[in-house]
Amino acid sequence: MKARTIRIWSAIHKWTSLISTLFMLMLCVTGLPLIFHDEIDDALNPDSWAAANPGGPLLDLDQILERALANRPGEVPLYMSFDIERPVINVTTGPTPDAPGSAMHFASFDATSGNLVPPKTGGAFMEVILQLHTDMFLGLPGMLFLGAMGVLLIAAVVSGVVLYAPFMRKLEFGTVRSSRSSRVKWLDYHNLLGVVTVAWLSVVGLTGVINTLEAPIIDAWKYNALADLTAPYEGQGVPDEMASLDAAVARAQAAAPGMQLQFVAFPGGTFSTDHHYAVFFHGDTPLTEHLITPALMNAETGALDGIRPMPWYAKALSLSRPLHFGDYGGLPLKILWAMLDILTIIVLGSGVYLWLTRKRSVTAEARRAGGIDVGPGATAVAE
Amino acid sequence: MGHPTATRLKRIFAVPLLIAAVSLVGLVAALMGNGVFDVLSWLALAVPLAATVWAMKVRRR
Repeated sequence: MKARTIRIWSAIHKWTSLISTLFMLMLCVTGLPLIFHDEIDDALNPDSWAAANPGGPLLDLDQILERALANRPGEVPLYMSFDIERPVINVTTGPTPDAPGSAMHFASFDATSGNLVPPKTGGAFMEVILQLHTDMFLGLPGMLFLGAMGVLLIAAVVSGVVLYAPFMRKLEFGTVRSSRSSRVKWLDYHNLLGVVTVAWLSVVGLTGVINTLEAPIIDAWKYNALADLTAPYEGQGVPDEMASLDAAVARAQAAAPGMQLQFVAFPGGTFSTDHHYAVFFHGDTPLTEHLITPALMNAETGALDGIRPMPWYAKALSLSRPLHFGDYGGLPLKILWAMLDILTIIVLGSGVYLWLTRKRSVTAEARRAGGIDVGPGATAVAE
Repeated sequence: MGHPTATRLKRIFAVPLLIAAVSLVGLVAALMGNGVFDVLSWLALAVPLAATVWAMKVRRR
């Protein structure tokens, strides 16, 4: 590699890394407990809750909704979701249909009695970690900022791979020169750990960036794919009288055979239009369970207005969630995820150390490693 | 230059490319199914970790 080429890639690697490292360290450290979110939740909440009337008849969705709104006077429903392993229905409410996340209220109801299910303890701590990891408590700007840091990370990975070549020119894969100076040893560790985690970190980084684009992606989906459904109701706002939710969901389920009900988004919110209950289903095979399809139910009549498979960019968003969180292959996958995360922390830390202890120029260092072409026979002459 | 560039790059990147390819198989496998697909993803994503342990034991000098 030419000295000039190395200088350029080295500058890219240095600056993209320096700018993003602090945030990447924060993301790696907060990400570690988030990998085990479910396990931590379960450990903090030994399963003491039981349905009031196990095996008994279930309240219908309209009755649950009524309880939820009585519990939060003056608020409007935003989302309704369904626990998989227990007869529990969760209702998120807020002061307005477009309320921000911080103003939303989440409550769980026993579908056999309509009673409130006590919230899980310890949730507050994990919530703080999640907020820090998602947007640093700064909302959409924070999210997009972390997305930009993710783009820098990807540039740092690419430039790191390019620089791997001149530095490894005379070394076997995996060489760790631990008997040399501390700097040489950590350079070798940086190269080794960096190169073995390249594929994993690229996927986690790229899917993380896609996740930060959630809001614009959902907006684009609504604007492009649902425009024809919203056009007839332009400017009318959210209807005052709404049709039975229970009947609308039943109708949606009949129209989506073989799919699993996941959640309902109420009119006026992020995931719906002003005039529809958006009833979201996911597939029932491992490959399709991450792909959601909404049935748009007219909120005034309860009739099916259309089932709209998500466009490719929304599907990419759906698949980016498991690929970023590592929660799609059981506990062993989570443990591997955590170990790869720790290797990444070491790569980041050793990178900072190498920068702090830099003495020579990068080209002098690459020349020592035999990675600079200065003409025929150069490798033989170089150290 | 002792080797033509292509040969040299192949030597430098052969093992990293193999590890990256196996990692990607592991990342996708668990999405494709459960059971045997999950086991495949565990084995595949253990490869970068195993390579690290191997290097620290065998290639340390």
